[in-house]
Amino acid sequence: MTDASASVDVSGGAGATPRRHRLRAAGTYLGLTPFAIYVLLFLAIPTVLAVSTGFFTEDGALTFDNIVGLFAPNVLAAFGSSFFVSAVTAVLGAIIGALVCYALLGLRADGAVRSFIDSASSVLAQFGGVMLAFAFIAAIGGQGLITVWLRDTFGLDIFANGNWLYQVPGLLPVYLYFQVPLMVITFMPAMQGLKLTWAEANATLGGTRLTYWVRIAAPVLAPSFFGSLLLLFANAFSSYATAAALISQGAQIVPLQIRAALVSETVLGRENMAGALALGMVVVMVVVMWGYSVLQSRTSRWQR
Amino acid sequence: MNVGTEPGKVTRVVILSVVGIIFALPILAMVEFTFRDGLSGGHTLDHWTGLFSEDAARTYRGLFQAIGNSFVLAAVTVGIVIVILLPTMILVHLQFPRLRRVLEFICIIPITVPAIVLVVGLAPVYSVVVKLFGSGTWTLAFAYGITVLPYAYRAIQSNLDAVDVRTLSEAARTLSAGWLRVLWLVLLPNLRRGVLAAAFISVAVVLGEFTIASILNRRNLQTALLQVTQSDPWVAMIFALLALLLAFVLLLSIGRLGRDRRTS
Repeated sequence: MTDASASVDVSGGAGATPRRHRLRAAGTYLGLTPFAIYVLLFLAIPTVLAVSTGFFTEDGALTFDNIVGLFAPNVLAAFGSSFFVSAVTAVLGAIIGALVCYALLGLRADGAVRSFIDSASSVLAQFGGVMLAFAFIAAIGGQGLITVWLRDTFGLDIFANGNWLYQVPGLLPVYLYFQVPLMVITFMPAMQGLKLTWAEANATLGGTRLTYWVRIAAPVLAPSFFGSLLLLFANAFSSYATAAALISQGAQIVPLQIRAALVSETVLGRENMAGALALGMVVVMVVVMWGYSVLQSRTSRWQR
Repeated sequence: MNVGTEPGKVTRVVILSVVGIIFALPILAMVEFTFRDGLSGGHTLDHWTGLFSEDAARTYRGLFQAIGNSFVLAAVTVGIVIVILLPTMILVHLQFPRLRRVLEFICIIPITVPAIVLVVGLAPVYSVVVKLFGSGTWTLAFAYGITVLPYAYRAIQSNLDAVDVRTLSEAARTLSAGWLRVLWLVLLPNLRRGVLAAAFISVAVVLGEFTIASILNRRNLQTALLQVTQSDPWVAMIFALLALLLAFVLLLSIGRLGRDRRTS
């Protein structure tokens, strides 16, 4: 039956006879196999390999040395720096992003300002990596536009305490550049979910602007705000390219530790250390993303 | 009547312009940098005109090659999205609604397993891939197809939810259309916006990808940019700007696609 074989790709509708129906059912399941095989080969296997190699030595023997290695002072320091950068940029990004969302309230959703900021946010939230590093080197690098302007106009040397742009503190302003737009994208729907009737009820009952924001808006927005904050944390924690482009030497944050472990040619057997580091990262990511999805499901209640 | 929900006009203008100016500065600095005349402090058009000189093809051969690689990667990745992800999503939507949660979960995983983690496990996988398909850069697209899953899934799913795919395909089947005809002539035209949005965001993501290419030692646009910046930072900056502009246009047109859907 040409018909049944064609249904390997997509199938549906009512089968004519039981036999044809069975054939088609088998065919439809077959239709899922390309995706299943692809995901198995390039997502499942790499993920399992990544988090499990840490438990083995170069020769395939079981070991906990690499896991113990996670508690070495330099690795712990890298995790500390990663948490620091992620936490600071998540909190600042969430606050600034929420302020922008607040400023956008009351503008028409299809108006020029709103659609420009929506598009700009979705571009800038994606704007990580090498290009972002370049932009900040051009702006606040040693000979950057703003650096030179501050120096020539106010005699202010932003690098008086050393060249911090290429160190961990340098990641803070750079990461904020994609954190704030991400906050605008994820938090705006919640802000828009605030109903005018709530504010009217508040005003009718003699409430002020302050009671509205503190007693009504804040509790409604809280799950979404903290959920978005967790998403921002995960976003900063997992980003590699920007840091790799800025910090060429040393391994101050966890993703750079993985780079060092993978490309190191001097110390053999370091690939397995990369596995242990990957496992550590995944554990943090799973916890944070779990928190995000819990808070997110509480948010959707108010957005119907 | 303003009952206290909206910000005052002054507040709005102050917040938006302060944040707007701060965010515009790094981009403006990039533009200014491309006109710099070395460290002299003067400005010149040489870096831009140099791109169109006769030697450019030779001088920047590596960079142009890497750009070519990135476009091939983008095309193959879009192919993977259309040939593997799209039919699966339609199939699940029509035949296995209960698997929808599973599919969604799978497609979100790449957010929780970031590229720098995935690449640790991809290294051994790619030693097999190289044996099967050779060491061409295009093979990276297999990994990029995974990277773009969350974005492509969201774009296509929102279109699937908005169109009554079931009724459409049953109507076409009743009129004795075969499955390929249903897919090609009925479903695809209705899912055009979602598929286009998925393709655009995939291209934008692939053109910006650095992590996997750099760790696996392949040359794409981003790894080449980082290399070129050692010898000719101005040209690297020009191409970074152009890539950013392209991403902006791509993502802007996704917004356009979304708006058309709402108004029509």
